[in-house]
Formats: sequence, C-alpha cells, structure tokens
Amino acid sequence: MFTKSLLDNLEARLTDWNRTAEKTRQKKSKPRFFTVSGVDIDELYTPDSVVGANGDGYYFDKIGLPGEYPYTRGVHHTMYRTRLWTMRQFAGMGTPRQTNERFKYLLKSGGTGLSTAFDLPTLMGYDSDHVRSLGEVGKCGVAVDSLADMEILFDGIDLSQVSTSMTINSSASMALAMYLCVAEKQGVPFDKVRGTLQNDILKEYIAQKEFIFPPRPSIRLITDMMDYCSKNVPQYNTISISGYHIREAGATAVQELAFTLADGFQYVESAVEAGQDIDEFAPRLSYFFNAHSDFFEEIAKYRAARRIYARRMKEKYKAKNERSWLLRFHTQTAGCSLTAQQPENNIVRVALQALSGVLGGTQSLHTNSMDETLALPSEKAAKIALRTQQVIAHESGVANTVDPLAGSYFIEALTDKMEAECEAYFDEIERRGGVLQCIEEGFFQRELAKSAYAYQREIEEEQRVIVGVNDYVEENEKIDIPVLYIDKQVEADQRAFVQKVRAERDAAAVQATLEKLRQAANGSGNTFEAILDCSRVYVTLGEMCDLLREEWGEYVEPAAAMVAS
Amino acid sequence: MPDKIRVLLAKPGLDGHDRGIKVIAAAFRDAGMEVIYTGLRQTPQMIVDAAVQEDVDAIGVSILSGAHMTLFPAILDEMKAKDASDILLFGGGIIPDDDKEELQKLGVAHIFTPGAPTTDAIAWLRKTIEAKKK
Repeated sequence: MFTKSLLDNLEARLTDWNRTAEKTRQKKSKPRFFTVSGVDIDELYTPDSVVGANGDGYYFDKIGLPGEYPYTRGVHHTMYRTRLWTMRQFAGMGTPRQTNERFKYLLKSGGTGLSTAFDLPTLMGYDSDHVRSLGEVGKCGVAVDSLADMEILFDGIDLSQVSTSMTINSSASMALAMYLCVAEKQGVPFDKVRGTLQNDILKEYIAQKEFIFPPRPSIRLITDMMDYCSKNVPQYNTISISGYHIREAGATAVQELAFTLADGFQYVESAVEAGQDIDEFAPRLSYFFNAHSDFFEEIAKYRAARRIYARRMKEKYKAKNERSWLLRFHTQTAGCSLTAQQPENNIVRVALQALSGVLGGTQSLHTNSMDETLALPSEKAAKIALRTQQVIAHESGVANTVDPLAGSYFIEALTDKMEAECEAYFDEIERRGGVLQCIEEGFFQRELAKSAYAYQREIEEEQRVIVGVNDYVEENEKIDIPVLYIDKQVEADQRAFVQKVRAERDAAAVQATLEKLRQAANGSGNTFEAILDCSRVYVTLGEMCDLLREEWGEYVEPAAAMVAS
Repeated sequence: MPDKIRVLLAKPGLDGHDRGIKVIAAAFRDAGMEVIYTGLRQTPQMIVDAAVQEDVDAIGVSILSGAHMTLFPAILDEMKAKDASDILLFGGGIIPDDDKEELQKLGVAHIFTPGAPTTDAIAWLRKTIEAKKK
C-alpha cells in the first residue's frame, strides 16, 4: 500500500518529529493511555505502524473490498447505502400480553425487527408455577410456559412480515418450536419464517450461566435443531454465537473475540461430526457482539472478527460456499458500562457505543436504555434508545459510505493486533484440549473473573475515570427518572394461566408426544421434531425440560470455574 | 489483631450473573477476609444452612434478576427460623431506591448498587461487624 521511498522518508521525518515532540511529551494529561481492555495505545500511528503495508499483496490480502473475501470491510458490497442495519430492540417483561403491547409500540415507533427477552424461569426450563420460579416470573423478561403464551405474545403480529430474535438458550428448542406453531396457526409456511434464535449454550457455561443440561446433550439439542431448520426453516438463523455475555461477564475485547469465535468453530466441528454439510448450515450461523466504550478498539474487534472467521471457514474447515465465510453479527451496547449514578449520562455512552457498532459494520443493533442499571427499561427510556439509532442512521452521515475508517493507520494496526492476540488464544485453547475441556476445567471462567477484577481495581485506583462514579461525582444524588415496576399480580396471573392450560388440553396427546420426546432423547430420533410435536398439543416448556433433566441430568458448575482470582 | 471476618457470598434464585459477586469475593479476600462463595442457584434454605455451618459473621447476596423483593425476605425468614438473625445480611444488584429502603426496613443491613467501589463494601463490613462485636 505504501512505497518503500515513502516509508524511508517517513522514518527520517519521524526522527526529527520525535525530537520536537519530546518537549511536550514530558507533560501528560493522564499517567497511562490504554483501552477499556487494558491495551496500551501508542502516541501516534503512521503507515509504519501497519505491518506488511509496504507489500504488494497487502491490500487485497488483509483488507480487500466490502462484500469480498476476507470481508474486513464488511459482508455486503454496498452496506448501509442499500439497507440500514436492523434496529432491533430487545424487549420483554411481565405477561405475554404486556410484551405484545411493547412489541407493537416498538414497531409503531419505527423498530424494524423484534427481539424477545424471556424471564428466568422460561430460560431455566421451569414453568411459572414451579417452586424455583418464585419471585422471578415476568421479572427480567416475558414468561412463556406453553404455546398458549406464545400465541398471545405474537397476537396481531404477522410472522411472515417481521423477523424475530429470541434470546434463549438452554430451552431454545422449546421456544422456537412454539414460535413455529404460532406461524403454522397464522398460515405462514415455515420457509417464510425469519429471525434468529440465540441458542448458544457454550457461552452459557462460560459466562451467562443459564445452563440446564450438561454440554454434550445440550449440543445435540442444537445440532438436531440446525438439521431440522436447514431443511425446513431455511431463512431462520438457528444460532447466534454470542460474545455479548462473555464481555459483560468481564472479558476484554480480545477475550470476547477469541472465546466467541472458538465457540463458533466448536459448533461447526460438532455439526460436521454429526454428518451435516458445512455449506448447508454455516450460512445460517450468526454472531452477536458487545459494543463497549472504547470506540476504536470495538471497531477493530468487528473488523478482525470478519477476517479471522472468513479465513478459518475457508482454509481450515474448507467451506466452499462464500456465504459460509461471512460473519454476520448483531450488536448490543454494553450493559456493564452503564452507571446507576447520573443515569442520563448513559444516553451518551450508548450513542458512542452504537456508533462503533455501525462503523464496525453491524447487521443489526440494540441500544440499551439509560435506566437499565435500575430496572427494566421504561417506555420513554426505550424510545430514547431507539431514537439514538435513528439519529446515527439519518443525521450523522456515517452511513453514507461503506467502511469509512478503513485505511486509518490506527484502526488497521489495532485490527492486526487484535487478530494476532486472538490467534494466540486459539492456540492456548487447543493446547488445553479444546473448548469443552476448557469449560470443564474453568479456564474461560477464570480468565473472565481475572479481567473483571483487574478492571474494577483500575477504576478504584483511579487509573480510569468513569464519569459520575469515581470523578465528577454528585454527592447525595437523588435519581429522578421513572422506574418500571413489574406488578406482583403478573406472577399470580401467569401461575393461574399455566394451570388452566394444563387442565384444558388433550391429556392423551400430551402423554404420547412426551413419550416420543423421551425416545428421541435416548435414541437417534431428532429431538427438535419431538419438541415441535409436544408444543403443538400444549405440553409446557417446564414439562419438556423436566423430562430431559430426568434423561440427561443437570449441569453443575465445576468448582474450578468458581475461583475468583 | 481481631479475628478474621468470615463472610458467605451467595447467588440466590435463578440469576446467573456472577461477575459482581466474584469481584467482591476477590476484593474481600485481598482485604484479608475469609470468603466462602456458594456458587449459583442457591435456595434461601441452602444459604442459611451454609452460613450457620460455616459460622460466618455476614451473608452477602447478589441479585440482578429483579427477584430481590421475594428472595431477601425469604432469606430473612429462614434466618429467623434457624435462629441465625445475629448474622449480618447485606446485598447488591439491580435494586431500585424504593425497594432498597423497603429491604432495609425489613432487616437487610445494606444494599450496594452498580458502581459502588469494593473499598466501600470492605470498609462498611469491617465497621459494622466491629460495632456489633462491641
């Protein structure tokens, strides 16, 4: 990219420049210049900082054109000029009826996709009337016990028109099955159903910890579903391999990148081992990353992710279909970066984080609400979050050209560094026996805990300034933004409703389909087909998960994963 | 030199967010306390049983799922039932101000919310336990 004479000339000029800069260098506005992840940043980046940039092959090898291998500049040729990213706001609380109203509100406000948050009992495979669900029903998402709830959740929303993402993992098969049953009832053929299921169990063991079954049967649930969907629900993304939660649990940007991609490759290997053709399922794999506060580091992370993924899918896993090489991803701004202090400041944090996602070439985006360190988002806070995306899309001008930051010495150098450090983690994971082994011995979990603690110490030692937390603090601050409360009645209503559904359904059909699920769990039948049959006759999510708990056991986190530092 | 403070840290309910509690565990340990971390998905009964068995000075629980108004009172009830109300109960998480006040009235000694420095939690715990021992 750069000629030798330019680089020689630059070297000479930099020597002079350094001498002059030395005078001002002695004074520093802060003791250390480093990213959110603790990576030291140089004073200046020049063509010299981009390794290999003087070689002939550099541009097409490392950067290339958008929509072309290795996709550093984006997965589409014309990106946001053709279609803006999907503004997909995560929502869910209380009863299915309440969430249905929030969905309609978001669609009316210009949201272009739906994203469903489920409550903890649903995520953990318990019905609302289970003793372990006490106090949790409808709290951090919507409660879904059976198809009857899913019908209410999407009442009046045409599933052939809207794409829906569902954030659910251990019990993802049940949620998707119920969603497909709603489509069936609306007369929407499965091949018209669009959306994304999170369904990424590996990051549950690593970070989010909403696991039910042990890793191996959990992966079978996933590969069975991928097999069914690649044949029957071809427009549906069956898995969204998630770095988001890994980052929230304390990872650095590189750890987020490396552990997420390692998980992704583990799914690829598992599906290939199960006899599936990589070019059939890989085009439906999608990713989900965090947008944390370090603006350039995040952009470099997204660019490195695309390049590493394309290379491995093509060269290591020998995928031939170009669509298998594409790393398409959703982004959510970093919940863990938001502060309970002066919560309105979070609007600004979210805007900057969202901008990094857009400049990094995201396919869809969720912007957090300012009040999320206090409670679930109020309607007003959720609207401001969506408006933030609209301002970026329509007013900032950043969507006018494709990948405007390519060629920035800093961005390219940071992207290269991120890639190299990520590869080093891949080597270490392999040395330790692979992803499942690393989970079982608590390697990832310890790495995250270490990073989280280091970050917290940097804040407390005031190496980092967090506005409103350790600087610019307002003493005796009274927070006066409205907070959303989930009515206690929600739990009582939901318990009564699931009991009514159980009393009114066809008991013989329930027994028969559950027996089929038991056989599939123990044999070679496709578990997803059995779950679909159960869902159709209103078997509850808790009943299906209870049966699988009986057959497969429950996962208990290894003690090695609980060590804090 | 006073006895080392013994503290049980626990995650009740279904919530799996354990970043905060692990950071607290590491900070308490570095501050010279004896820390017992129970891991995830503990029922109020399991938590109080462990606290009694380990003879701790304090129980710290972290709840980010919104179930705090059910779980804290359940732990307090369990403590009464096991005659363990002398143990200090404190917590942290996503807990709105109004709920915080309500919980403190019920007997939760202190609630830390996001952004609270670990040094505050350490100082508070030391001071409160020393005051109790006098």
